[in-house]
This record gives sequence, structure tokens and C-alpha cells, in this order.
Amino acid sequence: MLMKLKGGRIYDPANGEDGRTRDIYVRDGRIVAASPDAKVDVEHDVTGRVVMAGAIDPHTHIGGGKMTIARMMLPEDHRGSEVAHTGLTRAGTGFAVPSTLAAGYRYAEMGYTACFEPAMLPANARQAHMEMGDTPMVDKGAFAMLGSDDFLLRQMAARKDFSAIKDYIAWTMHAAQAIAVKVVNPGGISAFKFNQRKLDLDERHAHYGVTPRDVLTTLSRGLMELGVTHPLHVHGCNLGVPGNLHTTLDTIRAMEGLPVHLTHIQFHSYGTEGDKKFSSGAAQVAELVNANRNVSIDVGQILFGQTCTASGDSMRQYGNTKSANPKKWVVMDIECDAGCGVVPMKYRDKSFVNALQWAIGLEIFLLADDPWRVFLTTDHPNGAPFTTYPHLIRLLMDKGFRRDMLQKIHPDAQAASIVGSLDREYTLYEIAILTRAGPARSLGLKDRGHLGPGACADITVYPDDPNREAMFTTPEYVFKNGELIVRNGKIKKVVQGATHVARPEYDPAIERDLRDYFTRYHTVSLDNFKVADDEIIGHDKGAIIVQPTGARV
Amino acid sequence: MPAPSQGIAREKAPQPGTHGSVSCPFCGLHCDDLEVRSDGRRLAVTANGCDRAKAGFEQEPPAAGMPPSIDGKPVSLEAAIARASDLIAAARLPLYGGLGTDVEGMRAVMALADRSGGVVDHVLSRAQYRNTNVLQTRGWFMSTLTEARNRADLFVIVASDVSKLHPRFVERIVSPEQTMFDAPANGRTVVLLGAGMPPSAVSGRLVGDVVDIPCAKSDVPAVLAELRAILRGAPLSGARPGGVEITALEDLAARCRAAQYAVFVWAPQALDFDGADDAVHIVSDVVRDLNKTTRAAGLSLGGNDGAASAASVCSWQSGYPLRVSFAGGVPTYDPYRFEVARMLAEGEGDLLVWVSSFGPDPTAPPATAAPTVVIGSPAIRLDTTPAVFIPVGTPGLDHRGRLVRCDSVVSLPLRRLREIGLASVADVATELAGRLPAVVAPAAE
Ligand code: SF4
Ligand SMILES: [Zn+2]
Repeated sequence: MLMKLKGGRIYDPANGEDGRTRDIYVRDGRIVAASPDAKVDVEHDVTGRVVMAGAIDPHTHIGGGKMTIARMMLPEDHRGSEVAHTGLTRAGTGFAVPSTLAAGYRYAEMGYTACFEPAMLPANARQAHMEMGDTPMVDKGAFAMLGSDDFLLRQMAARKDFSAIKDYIAWTMHAAQAIAVKVVNPGGISAFKFNQRKLDLDERHAHYGVTPRDVLTTLSRGLMELGVTHPLHVHGCNLGVPGNLHTTLDTIRAMEGLPVHLTHIQFHSYGTEGDKKFSSGAAQVAELVNANRNVSIDVGQILFGQTCTASGDSMRQYGNTKSANPKKWVVMDIECDAGCGVVPMKYRDKSFVNALQWAIGLEIFLLADDPWRVFLTTDHPNGAPFTTYPHLIRLLMDKGFRRDMLQKIHPDAQAASIVGSLDREYTLYEIAILTRAGPARSLGLKDRGHLGPGACADITVYPDDPNREAMFTTPEYVFKNGELIVRNGKIKKVVQGATHVARPEYDPAIERDLRDYFTRYHTVSLDNFKVADDEIIGHDKGAIIVQPTGARV
Repeated sequence: MPAPSQGIAREKAPQPGTHGSVSCPFCGLHCDDLEVRSDGRRLAVTANGCDRAKAGFEQEPPAAGMPPSIDGKPVSLEAAIARASDLIAAARLPLYGGLGTDVEGMRAVMALADRSGGVVDHVLSRAQYRNTNVLQTRGWFMSTLTEARNRADLFVIVASDVSKLHPRFVERIVSPEQTMFDAPANGRTVVLLGAGMPPSAVSGRLVGDVVDIPCAKSDVPAVLAELRAILRGAPLSGARPGGVEITALEDLAARCRAAQYAVFVWAPQALDFDGADDAVHIVSDVVRDLNKTTRAAGLSLGGNDGAASAASVCSWQSGYPLRVSFAGGVPTYDPYRFEVARMLAEGEGDLLVWVSSFGPDPTAPPATAAPTVVIGSPAIRLDTTPAVFIPVGTPGLDHRGRLVRCDSVVSLPLRRLREIGLASVADVATELAGRLPAVVAPAAE
């Protein structure tokens, strides 16, 4: 069957198309080259509409134990945000921490066709995949969390042969069915278990003697040498601590050119100037990011309102419990593997700190000069729920709107921020980079995030509404694998997306050591620790797509 | 009609022989180091199972089975499913209770409840709510099994006969053969607070002092409150609650402060006394206080009968940890109103669908005037004849699946070890949902 999208304006940065009007043809779920003579079976007239690839969220907490803890803890989040079942869709709930089904529907309604869970604990990987399996409509993938797990820290403390460390990283990606690796507060989650309350970049872990710097460079180099496309995804030390901008600058320098992605960098760009000892470090951070092409970032923008923070960073989340709103929280030590902290949060525009956090995020967006190295995130739900993305896009694209919003925040924060003086307005082309082409390239999704021949036909068509928030809230058409799944912001067909993984090579001999280790110390055997393919795809939960990795060196 | 279990994927018939790394579905620890011999039909635990596991795995499969039935008369599986779906379709408010099943079964029951506008509640929810209540009011600081196994130097077991509900807890967590980090030279201290576990149940290579602080269960909250006051330096009640000497609590407070990782353990099912909610509250307070200077955590056991799986799946799919009604087309949560046992007792709901697939003694439905559909293990003993009985296999014996462990972090894969011709809960519930009329709410245009 041949489908034609007629007359749209194409924003496809991966192929250098900036609003050119052309038709798009789709056959068997793929975009095909223009063929004016072929018989068209279905035609959609999208004349004058804005056409982009389906959006990709490279960092959104949609699946895994800490989200289910948040859901359980916060019934007040769901009340009043119920989503009724229909003839097509299941019932659900949730605002900041939506139920899985509701999250999948809502993402698709906003034109997203792929979402990546960035903090999958290997010990919790099975559940993370079960939850993602219950998140319909979108493709999924997850990053395995390493860096506070006993096995790696032991290997590093014993100065094991680097190839064994690489084998372990690769083995973990296979076992947990991951596409990338994330490190959260490198070594710090473990250090907290040994009663250390902070761990700076060069501070030693009390038991293993390794430093966050060691962990970062080991994992980054390991992934690079394994040929994994996405660089090490880093949630650095000292999240949320005033003055942490220096940690962030030092972290970038510590990488010495190794590829690295610094996530929710807004939470890591704080200075200590001013009466309140809290200031923006955005300019310094953006400057160093701009100068280091090995670095990519996502922002983790905060937006005002009720949300819930959920992180693997038990050390820093424990510190944040004093700001919990409502006053309840969960922190956990997990399996000598990782941890988690779930702290509800209400960001207020009349709070100096929250208002400045908001401004710092925008400053980073507006000062970062290479859109290919910046991804649009709120670190859902940590900065704000993903449903605020259209609002955030308007803030980036519309400086008048941005100034109006700036007028509403705490006056001292206005005065302390340079946002009001930044005239930059993101273009549609740049937004298409931030929300599609950039994440796809960074994650190694070769046939996603663009509209060239051979691409998977995940396509979103927006009305060209000058109110960009309205435009990005309600696309007119969303296609997944060439099927029309959303029309005018409403679900037309429920589909099950694929799960993307990467499988770098490893020497199977590593399993001998690991099997012994699991048998001695763990409460799960090595064989049961691994998540099997049919657990993910069984019960019609969609396919697994193995994205290519480079050669191991 | 469902073929005998399709499980997670199209499954091959189980191979006779001995299987290693088998996960046990019979309590919330879900030990996965069992060795089970199968002749294709009969199973024998050949290594690592406790008595409870042996009783579950080795239960003789019913010779003639307990066939599908309608009003007690044997019928085909197809006929039983057809009648059950008619009853569900006709019900104004179907109640889905028991919910003793695995993740796949619970997923399918959730879809069925959504479509039929029913209520979901697990048979052990009452126990689980002591935890949920604390989680939803104050939150807590918790641990998991591997973390406690390797790092705890002090276990405080609160009013729970852990050895009865979770027989291998001491062997696997308190005193395992090896730990990642050195255990204290004089062993791990185990404190038994409140009537619960006999000190004789605590032994092993790593066990050091065993401190028994006996008192009536009903006094446990007051005793814990006194401990909290000591730790906070607050004035004491002076009442010697439960007859416990203040010196014993001062000693316990000192041990807690000195511990590098104190783990407070309880089994929600055992906390069945007035004020048990307070006990969990105060434990979580004590843990919070300790974490200001040292490290400590709670460790809730439980999760028997698939309770942790049911609560987790219900939470991620609906937002709420059970006691959810789909009657209005949206999930509505009310832990008091949507307690199935209460609803039945008070004549709310006009059909009970009871799911109970774990042996060796599957929980039977409560007595009720409402017609009942039982989707149950053939080992179930029923006092009254249900309107429909649909036999199902046990997850991890008759079909593959997954179960969430008591700590709600780890989940274990289950194997198919024998073939006795039984479908899974997931098969049956999926089939039932497929036969119901579509939701009338129009699909959005
Ligand atoms: S302790 Fe529980 S999980 Fe372990 S073998 Fe016994 S019944 Fe099974
Ligand atoms: Zn995040």
C-alpha cells in the first residue's frame, strides 16, 4: 500500500530540509523515494502543515520501580487527572506520574513516537521492561545504570584488566536489555550506603577507594571502546547543590575529550553568588559545553507546578527530602547495585530558588550554540511532567511570550538572570533537531528521527499555529510505522512500539566470574537476573530492535 | 478457547529432568536457587526448597483434575468460560478478588476489570495496607533483600514470625554463607521485638547476639514509641509498656546507634493487631531518625500469594495500589470503600470473580450470597459450589511468568516444569475480556 502526504512543509534536519514543500510517500511502514507515477492508495492533504519525524524523548522516567513507588505514594497526583476508557483505549490516571497506559497515549497524542527511560537499575530491569511493555503507542528503550554497583567498583578497586571491565559493561547491557549506560552520582549512591553524605569528583569512596572521576572515565572509555553509539549518560556529582557548577565544569574537563552526555544539566549549573547564596552558572557551563564537542546535554527544564522528583541518586535525594511537598518521600538502598529517591516537589514561580532554576534552564537553552548537542527535556517528571513540552517549546521559540512569563517570577530571580536580555528564538528547524534528529543521532537510531527514504514512517504533522504551545500540543496527524495512530490529538489506533537495545560484544568468559559472584552474594541467580527477549516481546508487546554498535577496540 | 497455557511465549512442553535456578512462587521471597526434578507431570524439590516450597511443588496433581464446572456439574472449558463471560457481562458491579496470580495474570485481570467496570482487590491487601498507609502519609527509607544480606549488622525483627511466613529468610538474608563485605567479628545482632519469632529460629554462622524483647503484639506500638523517644532524647512515658524494661530499650537504642546498617524487618501479614499501622509508622520514624547519623532501613517482607505483583501491576496500570474501582470508566481509589471482603459482607457488588492460583492450599473465596466465578488451582477447597469453576495452573509450575518480590524491586522469571493440561489465569482472563461487549464510550474522533 502506498500512502502520500501531500504538500507539507518538511522540517528534516538530518537531511538538511528546512521547511521545503514536498510530498512524502510511505510504503510498508517505511518512507520511500518520491514516485509520481506510482498508484497512491491513501492520500492525506497536509498542504501548508509542518511535517516532522515523530518526536523522540531521550530522557523520560516512564518505567521502573521508582515510578511505581511514586505512583503508589501519590494518589493525590492522580485524583482529578483520570483518563476514561474508550472503545479503543484503557482507563488511566496521572499528572506528574501518569499510569503507563495513559503516558503512552499522551505521548502519542503530542506527536512523540519514541521514549527512553534513562535510569534502569539492572536489578530492576525486568520490571522496567514490564512497565514499558504496558506503555503503548511509542517505541521504548532504557539505559542501564552502572557506577555504584558493587561488581564494577570491586573491579576498579582491584585494578582489573580493562577488557574485563568492558566485558562487564557489555554483559550488563545484554542482561538488562539496554541501549545505553547511565551513571548517577558516580560511586556516590554506594558511598551513601557507607554513610558518606557527599562525594566530590575527586573524593574517595570510603570502602573501594575509587573516585567519581575514575568511574566516569572508566565507563565513558569502556563504552567508546565497545562501540556503543550513545556516550556515557551522566548525572553528575552534587545534583542540586549550590556551587555545583564547578563540579560540572571539572567533570567536562575530566573527560579529556571522551564522549559524554550530561543530563538535566540545569540541576548542575548552580553558583553561590548573591545574598541568597544561589546564582546562575548557566553562562559558564554553556560556554564550556560549546567549546567541547565531545559533550552533549539535555536541560531538565523546570516548569512551575506540582511534580515529583524520582532519581537513582539516593544520596542527593535524601538531602532533598527537606523540600518534599507534600511532606513525604521514599529513599531506598537497592541490591548492592543502586538506590533510589522519590521526593514530591512543587516548583513555585514566587520562590526565588525555583524561579531562578527556571531561568537557568532557559539560559542554557539560549546560550548553547549547537542544537545537535542539546536535547529538549524536563527530565520528566523531575523538572516538570512531559506534558509541559509544548509550553517549553513556546518559551524557546517566542521571546515575547518568554518575557511575559519572566515578568511573573520572583523579582529577585528576574534580576539575577540574563534571560530577559537573550533575544534568541529557536526556529522550527532547530526544534526538530532538539526533539528528533539530535536524540536519534545520539542514540544511534539510524532509521528514526528523520524523513529520508528508508526511514521508519514515524511522522508528525502539525498545524502551523503561531501559538507554538497550541501547535505542539495537538498535532493533526501522527503516523507510527506508517499507520495513522492519532488524528487531531486523539487516538485512532492503539499500537505497540518496539524496544530498542544495543548489544556490544563481550567475551563470554566474564560469565564465569559473574556466575560465581551471583551465587556467593546475590539473592537472584545469574540466569534469572538476565531479562530474556521473549519476556519483552511475549504477549504481543512488540518487537526488539537491535541497533548496531561499532567494532570493539 | 485458550489452549493450555501460552505463558509468556509459545512454550515448548516441559522437559523431564532436573531443573536448576528454579524460582519459587510460594512466598514473597521468591528464592530462585531451587533444584526441581520433573517427570513431566510430578515434581520433586531436590535442593534448596523449604517445607513450604516442597509442599507446593510436590503436591500431587489431581488425577482426574478438578474439571471446569457450572453449578458443580462438569462442563467443557469452553462452556465454563462462556458462562463466566455471560455472568460478567450481566453484572452491574463485578468484584475481582483474591488475585493470587503472577504479573501476566494480573495484567489480564486489570484489562478485564477495566472493560467490565469492576473492582480489584487482593486477598492480602489488608496486611499490605499497613505499609501503603505509611507510604502515602509519610513515606519511608527501605532496603531490599540483597542489600540487607550483604550489609546489615543489626536486624530488628518486629512482631513477625518471619520464619513461618518466609521460611528461608534467616538462612538466606540474616546468615548467608558469604557476604560481599565482612560481617562484624562477633556476628550480626538479631533483635526479636514483640511476640513473633522464637529465638531458636535464629541461628547460623553469622548470627551473633540474639536479643529477645518479648511483649504482647498489641503492646508493640507503645514499646516502639518508647524506643523512638529514647533515640530522640524525648521524655519517656515511664509506663513500661508491655512490661519491657527501659534498660532493654536503652540497650536496643544503643545498638541501633552503633550499627552501621540497622535493618528493621516485618511481615505485614503478621501485624494483625490493633495499632499495627502505628507500629509501621513508628518503625519508619526510627529509621528516619537513625539515618541522620548512621545508616538504617526498613525491610518489609510479605508479597505472598502474588500480593506484590498485584499491587505493582495495579499501580503502574491504574496509578493506585489496588482497591480500585473501574465502575465509572476511570480508576477510582478508595482503600476503605473498595475492600472486596467488606463489599461482599455489605451486599455491594453482584458478582465475585475469585482468582487463586497458588498452592499448596489456595485461598478460597469468602462466603457470599453473590454468585461466584472461581478461577483457581484445582487444589482449592471450596465450601460452597461456585456458579462457575475454571481450573488454572500455578505460575512457575504449569506455565511461565514473572513475580514481583516482597521488596517490590526485584522480579523473578518463572518456569514451566510440568504439563497437566491447565490454562493460566492470563489465558482465561484474556479470553473472558475478549468476549465482553466493547466499551460503549465512543472512541475519540
Ligand atoms: S522461603 Fe519462600 S520462596 Fe523460599 S523456598 Fe520457601 S516458600 Fe519458596
Ligand atoms: Zn532523569
